Amino acid sequence: MNDWIQITLLDDIPRQGCRIVELDHDDMLNRIAVFRTVTDEIHAVHDKCPHRGGPLSQGIVHGGLVTCPLHSWKIDLATGEAVLPDKGCARTYATKVEDGRVYLRLA
Amino acid sequence: MARMKLVLVGNGMAGVRTLEELLKAAPQQYDITVFGDEPHPNYNRIMLSPVLAGEQTVEQIVLNSREWYAQHGITLHTGKRVVKIDRKHRFVEADDGTRAEYDRLLLATGSKPFILPVPGADLGGVVGFRDIADVDKMIDAASHYRHAVVIGGGLLGLEAANGLKLRGMQVSVVHIAPWLLERQMDEPAARLLQKSLEEKGLKFLLERQTQELVRGESGRVCAVKFKDGESVPADLVVMAVGIRPNTALAESAGLRCERGIVVNDTMQTFDPRIYAVGECVSHRGIAYGLVAPLFEQAKVCANHLAEHGVARYQGSMTSTKLKVTGIDLFSAGDFTGAPGTESLVFSDAATGTYKKLVIKDNKLVGACIYGDTIDGSWYFDLLREGTDISQFRKTILFGQHHLGDSGHGPAERVAALPDSAEICGCNGVCKGTIVAAIRDLKLFTLDEVKAHTKASASCGSCTGLVEAVLAHTVGGNYSAAPSKKPLCKCTEHSHDEVIAAIRDQELKSMEAVFQALDWNTPDGCATCRPALNYYLLARWPADYKDDAQSRFINERAHGNIQKDGSFSVVPRMWGGLTNPKELRAIADVAEKYKVPEVKVTGGQRIDLFGVKKEDLPSMWKDLSDAGFVSGHAYGKALRTVKTCVGSQWCRFGTQDSTGLGVKLEQLTWGSWMPHKFKLAVSGCPRNCAEATIKDFGVVCVDSGYELHVGGNGGIKVRVTDLLCRVNTEEEVMEYCGAFTQLYREEAHYLERTAPWVERVGLAHIKARIVDDAEGRAALHERFKFGQQFAQIDPWKERAEGTAAHEFQPIRVVAKPVTA
Ligand code: SRM
Ligand SMILES: Cc1cc2nc3c(=O)[nH]c(=O)nc-3n(C[C@H](O)[C@H](O)[C@H](O)COP(=O)(O)OP(=O)(O)OC[C@H]3O[C@@H](n4cnc5c(N)ncnc54)[C@H](O)[C@@H]3O)c2cc1C
Ligand code: SF4
Ligand code: FES
Repeated sequence: MNDWIQITLLDDIPRQGCRIVELDHDDMLNRIAVFRTVTDEIHAVHDKCPHRGGPLSQGIVHGGLVTCPLHSWKIDLATGEAVLPDKGCARTYATKVEDGRVYLRLA
Repeated sequence: MARMKLVLVGNGMAGVRTLEELLKAAPQQYDITVFGDEPHPNYNRIMLSPVLAGEQTVEQIVLNSREWYAQHGITLHTGKRVVKIDRKHRFVEADDGTRAEYDRLLLATGSKPFILPVPGADLGGVVGFRDIADVDKMIDAASHYRHAVVIGGGLLGLEAANGLKLRGMQVSVVHIAPWLLERQMDEPAARLLQKSLEEKGLKFLLERQTQELVRGESGRVCAVKFKDGESVPADLVVMAVGIRPNTALAESAGLRCERGIVVNDTMQTFDPRIYAVGECVSHRGIAYGLVAPLFEQAKVCANHLAEHGVARYQGSMTSTKLKVTGIDLFSAGDFTGAPGTESLVFSDAATGTYKKLVIKDNKLVGACIYGDTIDGSWYFDLLREGTDISQFRKTILFGQHHLGDSGHGPAERVAALPDSAEICGCNGVCKGTIVAAIRDLKLFTLDEVKAHTKASASCGSCTGLVEAVLAHTVGGNYSAAPSKKPLCKCTEHSHDEVIAAIRDQELKSMEAVFQALDWNTPDGCATCRPALNYYLLARWPADYKDDAQSRFINERAHGNIQKDGSFSVVPRMWGGLTNPKELRAIADVAEKYKVPEVKVTGGQRIDLFGVKKEDLPSMWKDLSDAGFVSGHAYGKALRTVKTCVGSQWCRFGTQDSTGLGVKLEQLTWGSWMPHKFKLAVSGCPRNCAEATIKDFGVVCVDSGYELHVGGNGGIKVRVTDLLCRVNTEEEVMEYCGAFTQLYREEAHYLERTAPWVERVGLAHIKARIVDDAEGRAALHERFKFGQQFAQIDPWKERAEGTAAHEFQPIRVVAKPVTA
């Protein structure tokens, strides 16, 4: 299956930071946040906090987590799960890095 | 790899709490076996008092049901007492012969009621007050007999007496000391307490020494006889004269015991495979008898069992309350008034109110309050933090009221609230939700309630109410009280220690701090990273490179994030002045970018709301071309300088307040701060710019300038303190720079000037800014030095391309074909 799409270069995502991938320009809610952790892992998560829809892409990334900017839920980037005691899950997408390029799979 | 075996002896509050913490930290590490000699799963011992009083049932106080043990794969042996530890072959053995091997052993055997060694102490009808079996015996006696005698007028004794009275018995409390609760209360407070309890129908026999418990015809106790020859009838005798750590098992295994089982700061006994927590333990010579410190021990112990190996228990400070409905008392620290201390006392017998605060070297060292305990937790905080109280010494007895209604309320008021009452206004959390969460999720501390319900997690003004709900629902005083508050969960070090290390060890990067101070996470968390970024920037403005990824989104994107993810834009308007050209430029920008709302702010400038993030850089470019810089309305930074009309136009104006405001803003703009920082200059004491609720306020007078510090509007309004009077504008500038720099160097991150001034005391600030001319000049110089690096307009930089990735999304135009 060839449904991987190249989205950017690894170097274009700041470490402990994030880039937003917009699938449909008019739909602010249909965006994917692609994070790069301190150890250079790449994770893609639907940019919508399971709490009240806050933009996870705007949070602070620490370890494998991001802290939502609106009410400070912590979301596990690998699974999309909120860290207990909060409960909820954001959708995640597969990613891979090859030759410094970042790929995303939407399926 | 085979799992290690952990055995817990003592199925009580501290031991099971340790298991809960361990399961959170390392759920897979151990096969766990628990022995408890009571026939019940773990329950909330504290609530035995309300059970006895008929306010709760045994079912309601179970903390961990048998299903809980099963769910976590824990083997539970109830009704089995461990009688032997074989340290050589590493197994324990119970009285019925059940054995369990261990790699690690955890002792949490609690304590035993001390039974007076008098004749008759072993008769039927004589009980301690420790477990469900004791309570069952008391309830049973209450339905068959009439006379109860409680020996011991301490917390436990009074709660027992109250419960038995409510169950219909005639109750006398025998106490050896001249007044009740002599370890928690001084005499005047205890007399008030005694009076209220007498009004509830209890009788007191003070300064009596029990000689014998007299045997009745049935073989059961029938009376208590005193040394002075007198005696009182008794069908039930409750011994509540103290507890003894339960160390018999540990001693038989040859573990070192003093008053309790001796442990070090990692909760290890002298045998490194054996840990101990709870009332059975002696840590630095202290055996604790309240839950909050035991839960702290549990956390540390779990951390080591999980082999994270970073936490240390360093002792706790405790405070007490009595769980008798309708009676409020609070005590903490040393309230006896030893030599070298001073006492402040307030007493009003008519309303039954008494307060005694003990002060040493301008710090609160003890408090004993009866009647009106609203301010108990405030005093406890002052005590623990060692706050210099010299500035509010005159009013300290009257409590924190002057800081505004922070929602502290007596427990009774909270008890009377309906479930639908909103407790936390920020997050819309009602009392019922909090109570349900506390019951269902077994929450004990304020932090846990915060985490699970979000109540008091935002502005914090309802903290007092949430604590009251907590206290009412689970009983007792649960505000866990570590002797030192770490900056966050990534470290044991406090804010002050971190600030000092950055300064003294010349740490100039975040990695250097993580290393030098043994951070336990690879890259910190959302609490410590912004704080460290600030501390490093404030201390090393020339060397430290600001870390955008450690800033909250508002500061990273230089705008206020809105609830729909859009941003607001507030250009700086110096001193609130503007002109047609500037207004026209703002109007143009608002039209060009279709800004949905334009508003004049409370800070004397204009806010453009609802801007899309990706439009920010080009909008900033337009504003920058028109001469604007960022207003930092989003930052822990200098916000606004409010001014009034002043001598230029106003008939009352004494000085050029507008012009001075502009100069001050030009001096201070761009500076990063521990929290937001606001200035104002008023042209006369009518104070139209509200300078006396600002972080730094200037009130012009005929002869010069009054300088005011440490005020804020907002959640808790605080009026400024007068720092001093000066004569010239140059002096105002220097004092302002110096005060700002002192705050930048010494305050904790996210601490505004108001709480900072209260914490360190105005005397300290005067000493540094007013009395020490050289020091003031040096602070001002350091401030100006830092400003060289700070006064670079962040909007202009971004309009020119800095951090473009922050603002530009990646667009995927055509979706891929999925097979
Ligand atoms: C825009 C403005 C309201 C307005 O339309 O007038 C405003 C808006 C916000 N204020 Fe304010 N405050 C505004 C003047 C004030 C004032 C009045 C003043 O400065 O004279 C106060 C009380 C005075 C004070 O600070 O002492 C004020 C006390 C607060 C507080 C409580 C601070 C406190 O220490 O208790 C917060 C909460 C916080 O900072 O944690 C807050 C927080 C906020 C935030 C940033 C909430 C947030 O985190 O998103 C609001 C941002 C809205 C936005 O998206 O732009 N705002 N805020 C005012 C901006 C002034 C400016 O030109 O920069
Ligand atoms: C009536 C009452 C009211 C209280 N009110 C308050 C309050 O308001 N606030 C507060 O902070 N604290 C209060 N306390 C104190 C608090 O309950 C204790 O500090 C806490 O329960 C101690 O926990 P622990 O785990 O050390 O001991 P425990 O909870 O006593 O647990 C020890 C367990 O180990 C068992 N055990 C002992 N030896 C063995 C053995 N050899 N084999 C198997 N099992 C064994 C015991 O039977 C017991 O079940 C109160 C206590 C009582 C009795
Ligand atoms: S602008 Fe200030 S007062 Fe108004 S809702 Fe926001 S934070 Fe509250
Ligand atoms: S929306 Fe993310 S924490 Fe509330």
